[in-house]
Amino acid sequence: MTEALRVEGLHKRFGELEVLRGVDLAVDEHEVVCLIGASGSGKSTLLRCVNLLEQADAGTIWVHGQDVTATGVNQNAVRESVGIVFQSFNLFPHMTVLRNVTLAPTRVLKQPRAAAEDRGHALLRRLGLDDKADEYPDRLSGGQQQRVAIARALAMDPDIMLLDEITSALDPELVAEVLDTLRELAAQGMTMILATHEMGFARDVANRVYFLDEGRILEEGTPEQIFSSPREDRTKQFLERIIAAGRM
Amino acid sequence: MGDDLTSGGPPMGSRRSRITGQPGRREGTRGVTIAVVSTAVVFVAIVFAVTNSPYWPEVKDFFFNREIFLDSLPQVLAKFRRNILYFCIAEVFVLGLALLLAVMRSLRGPVFTPIRGMAIIYTDVFRGIPTILVVYLLAFGIPTLQIPGLPNSPTFWAIVGLILSYSAYVSEVYRAGIESVHPSQVSAARSLGLSRGQSLRHVVIPQAIRRVVPPLMNDFVALQKDTAIIAFVVAVPEAFKQGQMVSLVFLIITIPMTRLTDYLVERERRRRQSGSAV
Repeated sequence: MTEALRVEGLHKRFGELEVLRGVDLAVDEHEVVCLIGASGSGKSTLLRCVNLLEQADAGTIWVHGQDVTATGVNQNAVRESVGIVFQSFNLFPHMTVLRNVTLAPTRVLKQPRAAAEDRGHALLRRLGLDDKADEYPDRLSGGQQQRVAIARALAMDPDIMLLDEITSALDPELVAEVLDTLRELAAQGMTMILATHEMGFARDVANRVYFLDEGRILEEGTPEQIFSSPREDRTKQFLERIIAAGRM
Repeated sequence: MGDDLTSGGPPMGSRRSRITGQPGRREGTRGVTIAVVSTAVVFVAIVFAVTNSPYWPEVKDFFFNREIFLDSLPQVLAKFRRNILYFCIAEVFVLGLALLLAVMRSLRGPVFTPIRGMAIIYTDVFRGIPTILVVYLLAFGIPTLQIPGLPNSPTFWAIVGLILSYSAYVSEVYRAGIESVHPSQVSAARSLGLSRGQSLRHVVIPQAIRRVVPPLMNDFVALQKDTAIIAFVVAVPEAFKQGQMVSLVFLIITIPMTRLTDYLVERERRRRQSGSAV
């Protein structure tokens, strides 16, 4: 197995608030890893650091063996190979669905427009959205918008996909369509790291689960281990709260 | 225009009609009658008050003289056409220069401090000095210097003065638009591998411009009227001899005021968005 991502000793603070306090993590190629933990435990910040949207204060991140936290690294090139999908979609509202998907391939990869559009249509078809290609994002449901965001990230042919609580802003009946898309991606061998509250999904699809608590990885294991016999008290408490809330 | 910005919401028109509701038919007719009658009463009262004032005949003769009006009409129309031309030329440059200034000012990070500083000084100075003084100082200052290679036409420099002055105002309009685009849009663009400049060009600025079209139109109207300044300044240079002193006095008042505004805006912005690296 080749290693897709390795994180060591990652620290990040926003002013007074220390969000990450030394995170270590390793993800193999074709692996699906879920980050679980309460709101504010640092899941999103960790993903944003991996994508270099936030600059880590200390620690090292390797993507396919390359130290991307070193000075002089071309951050744009790193981001090309690491896709991220956000909780709030963040589609470009002034562009059609198709243009959202083709913007980066034409501008960053310098693909000819026609080729990028062919590929964009193919991606949208795969996600069941090709009839929406010429719509603007605000005409779409939340689930459709989130699938467009996934297509937009996939259009760059990333090696790793980071998914930041991408179902949290969706109405319950729209969650399934997005999770199905993720299942399909996992089946095709995409390396994925998800910050998620969907424990059922984590149990079904993830190879490994990390439990984050107050900026540290408290526990790591297979879904079976974490969900059925967690070692740490904090993990137990968290899972009990989730079960009490009917999310599992 | 609004459709792609009010994300998820219904189109503007339908929302408005739902809130106000269609008034009943009888109620509507009554409303129209009241509006027409009250407007007529107020209008008649104003006309009566003005035309019965003691010096109305003199004022009427001076400002509303029929013969003079008809006599000067062709000349006025010709000048008006020229003003429209000045306006069109100035507007193109204002739009470009102002956008450049706004982009310079929205660059984040310590590397760009000098560029940001230059843009701030520019807007402070040219927003601080009354437009008519900028136009005067350029229209007579520069031709007097007789710099070889530069045009010596006061009209040319008057237009340049208008451009410089209005760029300062319009750049603030652009800047407000740029800052109204949520930082998550930049995150999304950067995460796809777009550079800072590409994100600005393809994601931020198109959204910003759509949002600031109404206030931009406002400044267009003002600029169109202010092209009249050119004719005045070029025709009566003597009236503006003390221009430099006056402009200093204005700057003393306006610069602290703009700094205070900037401080308030910045504080509000900080409160709205937590720190983000891009």
